[in-house]
Amino acid sequence: MAIQTSINGKPVALAAEPDTPLLWVIREELGLTGTKFGCGIAACGACTVHVNGEPTRSCSLPVSEVAGKSITTIEGLKSADGTLHAVQQAWISAQVPQCGYCQSGQIMAAVALIEKTGSPSDAQIDEAMTNICRCGTYPRIRKAIHAATGQAAKAAKPVEGGA
Amino acid sequence: MADTPTADMQPAAPAKRKGVKRRAFLIGGVAVVGAGLFGISIADSNAAKSAKALLESDGGHIFATWLKIGEDDSITIYSPHTDIGQGSNTGLAQMLAEELDAAWDQVRVVSAPAEPAFANVGLGRAFLADMTGQPAIINGIPQSFLSFLARQMNLQMTGGSTALRFTGRVTFQNVGAATRLALVETAAKRLAVPAAELTTQDSHVIHAKSGRALRYGELAAEAATLSLDNAPKLKDPSQYRIMRQSMQRLDIPAKVDGSAQYGMDFSVPDMRVATIMAAPVRGGKLTSVDTAPALAVKGVEKVIKLDDAVAVVAKGYWPAISGLRALTPQFSDGGNGGISTASIFKAHDDLMAKGEADSAAGDGDVQAGLGAQPIEAKYQVPFLHHAMMEPFALTAHFKDGKLNIWGGMQDPLATKMMAVEVSGLDADDVTFHPMMIGGSFGRRLPMYMEIVGQVTKLAMQLPYPVKLIWSREEEVAQGAYRPQSSAALKASLTKEKRIKAYRNDYAQPESAESETVFPYALPAVSRRHFAHVSNQQTGAWRSVNSTQQGFYNESFMDELAHAAGEDPVVFRRNHLKAGSRHLRVLDEVAARSGWGSPLPAGTGRGVALVESFRTIVAHVIEASVGDDGMPKVHKVTTVVDAGSIVNPDAAMAQIEGGTIMGLSSAIGEAITLENGAVQQSNLADYPLLKMAGAPLVMDIHFLNSGADMGGIGEPGVPPAAPALANALFAATGKRVRNLPILTQAKA
Repeated sequence: MAIQTSINGKPVALAAEPDTPLLWVIREELGLTGTKFGCGIAACGACTVHVNGEPTRSCSLPVSEVAGKSITTIEGLKSADGTLHAVQQAWISAQVPQCGYCQSGQIMAAVALIEKTGSPSDAQIDEAMTNICRCGTYPRIRKAIHAATGQAAKAAKPVEGGA
Repeated sequence: MADTPTADMQPAAPAKRKGVKRRAFLIGGVAVVGAGLFGISIADSNAAKSAKALLESDGGHIFATWLKIGEDDSITIYSPHTDIGQGSNTGLAQMLAEELDAAWDQVRVVSAPAEPAFANVGLGRAFLADMTGQPAIINGIPQSFLSFLARQMNLQMTGGSTALRFTGRVTFQNVGAATRLALVETAAKRLAVPAAELTTQDSHVIHAKSGRALRYGELAAEAATLSLDNAPKLKDPSQYRIMRQSMQRLDIPAKVDGSAQYGMDFSVPDMRVATIMAAPVRGGKLTSVDTAPALAVKGVEKVIKLDDAVAVVAKGYWPAISGLRALTPQFSDGGNGGISTASIFKAHDDLMAKGEADSAAGDGDVQAGLGAQPIEAKYQVPFLHHAMMEPFALTAHFKDGKLNIWGGMQDPLATKMMAVEVSGLDADDVTFHPMMIGGSFGRRLPMYMEIVGQVTKLAMQLPYPVKLIWSREEEVAQGAYRPQSSAALKASLTKEKRIKAYRNDYAQPESAESETVFPYALPAVSRRHFAHVSNQQTGAWRSVNSTQQGFYNESFMDELAHAAGEDPVVFRRNHLKAGSRHLRVLDEVAARSGWGSPLPAGTGRGVALVESFRTIVAHVIEASVGDDGMPKVHKVTTVVDAGSIVNPDAAMAQIEGGTIMGLSSAIGEAITLENGAVQQSNLADYPLLKMAGAPLVMDIHFLNSGADMGGIGEPGVPPAAPALANALFAATGKRVRNLPILTQAKA
């Protein structure tokens, strides 16, 4: 029995077994590979998507639980004309990604945080941004969130040249 | 962004084509590379023409293998390195484009094919073996190049912070400069003017006198037939307009919209997904497994037994891992069942107490200098896991006698050669397609990529393509860890607060001598290695031995400063050579951090200075201990002398990330053993630093001393742990001698 849901604004009928984590349905059945597998136990956040606007770790959510809900993945953040979301643009301006593998999840978590708080404080960023980045891009993620929400003054200072 | 160059990380045309014999290809590769470095004309060799054809099949003209100029002025650079996110491909492109005077917005980088012709600097193990009997070409190679080659035997390896220092400096700048000269020579002929009247800018050759200009694209075909100058004059740094600029990284746009394709993301029609469990006690073998419970899981198609592992093949990852978890495979322990973290530390202690070192280095009479009552301290650090965010994932397909493998590895060519060995196929019949890598930090180096053998064995017995994914549990339990290591440090002081003698005894699998630098000038110093090997596979972990050695020496220097009643910065100053780069870095970090200025109660400041990969980094860390006993890092001030920097912002990102990785490991990370098996199972019990634990303020400064270029990916790591430990001592009076700090906080 197919599970009816909506991915990035499009209705879909999913054939997966009901206990399959949403992550693997998104990646393997729908072929949307921007959402990543990192740990499988909701510890790292690489698989973060929005379910009805809530940031959700899709590796630990059975697909049966998203029936009738609206799911947004990293591929659904751009506007219809292909313009990047302001948060994605801020990620490029701050040159955030290194290996990049966790960044889809980081961006989805940041977008949800900004939608909820408007202009998150450092303490709100610390509390909400619990996704792991092994490359250690946290200072730039913080800077990009501040920049995307017009808090330029809070953004870390730019590169200094040689002495 | 329309004005940003694109990075196409897909491999270039597969280098293996029908009708191209490996030997011919190798010779072709040499001749083509030779065109860049040794002045051999590409057109001289039919074999070289074949090699050229591989890359020119979609148009454009090849210069010295690594560069293609299209008639539309597009510039394609083939990188032999794997950009793991450290920005090395962008840096390499900047170096080549600078000397070429290329228009930066026309530049893109692609991975060089995993074929011997594209081995780093054109040569490698397979090639050297084949080269016997090719003296004409060997004789054309300068001695300096051969010696460089000897250090670069790892072919396409990315590691040791070598990309820009060696490949960039030795090859890419020269290729860019020599190609520019060939374009100028071609333009001079075409315009009938002396070459001296021509200048180059933004991919044009310009004749200012007559107001004429020719595009590189319209000169490329003819220029590519010329012999390239093997020793072109490089630019003076004052002329740079691409190097030393913070060019945006070429790989980043695809990493913010989900379009970047990592090994994990690869798929082909009919592909199955497999996952695997190897013997939990390393060294053990699979003794038995009842396959029925896995086969009962819907979607599972096959259970494959390997010598030391069991794999489940299914229609997707979820049925594969569900099937694997349904199994209760039995493994032997290979006689390693008695090994534990405690037993390894005890073995270290016993070896060092016995005093029969496996190797020793140093100067002076340390034994006499230490006297009867030296200051002593024992330090211990655990195994560390790389924890790159993308678990291992490789796809392999064996069909019609050919094996194709797709994925991300730090050494694509060595990956191919491993698959050749395991499959028993001819090298001509195996192709590795390098893809983007989701972090590595040393984990994806050739000597411990057992997944290559595993996926090859699976593919050779399956009629369809198979993607083998390691679960995070497998990744944590089967690592190539930084070694568990112990050190016994001893020193004595003179009345003048100077170190009289210093001994660093340490126990771990390998000697650290060749890669660690002890910067202090002392009358007597000794470093002794006591070799102890456990059943665990140990490997290079970002900055390798410099992390534990940096922690030992810079923590103990702090202990000695306190024993001498001297300020830790002053104490270090007094033992560094006047005028040295180390001293300048230390003085800069002290000045910029406000060393000595008052801090809030409960907060301490610690300093550490470590050289690794020819780059000197000093951190000053301000930290306190929270109510939960956990350390809190408030501020890190960093001074870096890497000689010179190709891309300041990308270099800054590497120091930020390296520092955070060093702090993460110092605070929370440990792989421990019990009954021969790893006790940690996933990221829940291998805690990595998150946003809230990262320093809010990181103040990083580069000194462009002009010394030879040092590495940048690794040197931020080593001083982080000792600077934090020293700050906590300043804050609390409690000395951290065992890592991670979390274990001590809980104890």
